[in-house]
Amino acid sequence: MDTVIKVENLTKRFGNFTAVDNISFEVKRGEIFGFLGANGAGKTTAMRMLCGLSIPTEGKGTVAGYDIFKQPELIKKSIGYMSQKFSMYEDLKVWENLELFGGIYGMNDKVIKQKTDELMIKLNFEDERDKLVKSLPLGFKQKLAFSVSIFHQPQVVFLDEPTGGVDPITRRRFWEMIYDATAQGITVFVTTHYMDEAEYCDRVSIMVDGRIEALDSPDNLKKQFNAKNMDEVFQQLARKAKRVDN
Amino acid sequence: MYTIEVKNLYKNYYSDKSGKFAGIGKKPNTEDDSNSVPLQGLGAGISFDVNRGEIFGIIGPDGAGKTTLFRILTTLILAESGTATIDGFDVVKDYKEIRKRVGYMPGRFSLYQDLTVEENLEFFATVFNTTIEENYELIKDIYVQIEPFKKRRAGKLSGGMKQKLALSCALIHKPSVLFLDEPTTGVDPVSRKEFWGMLQKLREQGITILVSTPYMDEASLCDRIALIQNGQFLKIDTPQYIVSQFADVLWAAKSDTMHKLLEDLRKDEQVKSSFAFGDSIHITSPLNPPEGDLNSLSIDKLTKYLTKIGHKNVEIKEIEPTIEDCFMNLSQTK
Repeated sequence: MDTVIKVENLTKRFGNFTAVDNISFEVKRGEIFGFLGANGAGKTTAMRMLCGLSIPTEGKGTVAGYDIFKQPELIKKSIGYMSQKFSMYEDLKVWENLELFGGIYGMNDKVIKQKTDELMIKLNFEDERDKLVKSLPLGFKQKLAFSVSIFHQPQVVFLDEPTGGVDPITRRRFWEMIYDATAQGITVFVTTHYMDEAEYCDRVSIMVDGRIEALDSPDNLKKQFNAKNMDEVFQQLARKAKRVDN
Repeated sequence: MYTIEVKNLYKNYYSDKSGKFAGIGKKPNTEDDSNSVPLQGLGAGISFDVNRGEIFGIIGPDGAGKTTLFRILTTLILAESGTATIDGFDVVKDYKEIRKRVGYMPGRFSLYQDLTVEENLEFFATVFNTTIEENYELIKDIYVQIEPFKKRRAGKLSGGMKQKLALSCALIHKPSVLFLDEPTTGVDPVSRKEFWGMLQKLREQGITILVSTPYMDEASLCDRIALIQNGQFLKIDTPQYIVSQFADVLWAAKSDTMHKLLEDLRKDEQVKSSFAFGDSIHITSPLNPPEGDLNSLSIDKLTKYLTKIGHKNVEIKEIEPTIEDCFMNLSQTK
């Protein structure tokens, strides 16, 4: 199994403040990697570095085979990104959003057209193709946003709290889509505040005060911390935080 | 007299342009929903009451109508039909009286970013004709945690500190009822637990709290809850009673290949629903199968079947439902 993300001693400082403090980890191809931490633990800063949006202060790393210091533009082309906040252009139709994002990622018109057709059938969305995104129910939007984020077949997709606020059934259907994506060989890097979702990951890291304090499969973490679920693991670790940030 | 009394409240934001319904109450008949009753102009509304000193939770996903309800009750928007009173005052006629006696923490951070922590608090105290000193006791437990940063601008605070400041500002005039619209959305599990601890303390001081949340695990911290979806209540009761009324049999299943297990369970016609739930899969099957149905499902039969089709270490046991199980079960049958 090859490695899609590899970082060593990655650090990001803002003035005197060390947001991300010397973190090292690897993510294998096809893996679902859960990236957990309390608010202010440094998740977003770390994720921005991995996405080529922020240059680290120290350390080294590669994402999709590209160097995070020297090749951030190539990284951006090889990854997908989805968050609950930014999904799609509400005033564009479903197909227009796909065309726009496909175009931005350099896909040619023929491929976009063909993949749009396939996607509409797969999602059972043929009737929605010409509808404005804003008219779709939240669950539809979310499915579509995820499909858009992996439309260009990225090596790895970053999902930043993708399921916040959606109903419990839609939330679970969403995770079923994540599994489908990994079956196609896409690596998934995901953050969440739902601890039951941590259980769906192959491996989970937990950040506390800028450092990775634990990293293993959910089963092993539960054993290591003598906890009956991931919520207990998280509570034990996050309570140790010293940063005045909550 | 109930502290909050809501009768048949209805408000819709149906837009012809987007073809989307939002709001509370039963939506007018639209093509995409064959279940809804044809309505002329006004829909059927929602009703509920909240007792003094109660923590009442409105539990449901984004877009369910939670914020619409909060805005009507805090006199910020008008319902199309129905009535609501707070402490006996009508939300339309007596809006000025209501504004004096409620505290409201909107879902979006809405303090003055350019004022400091202390200035924000002072501003809200002044608007309500009081002082920080007068009601300091009430906010003390919460405010002391941010007091070291009282000279910092609100816009520069972290999420957790903003939340504490917003709660302090909503409390500074000693309201009789506190309206908290999704105070914990996007907040990590540790801070969420801490926030609910603060709410329990406020209740002990006699404040009635109406709180909304999309996190189902917070339901058990409320005295009573309303489960809301698509503008309608699926159920109103104590969390314990709602759990006791679960209509089906509920099992938790595990095997060595969880994703395949989910797929196989979905194919099984006797399984009513199956969804991932942390480290297991929750399965429901009807409680009372048709009379004489020899094929009805049992843990034993299902275990044997799953083992036969190649699953290893199959483990199935009957479990107590959580509120999330209840919500999913109710929303599927609705």
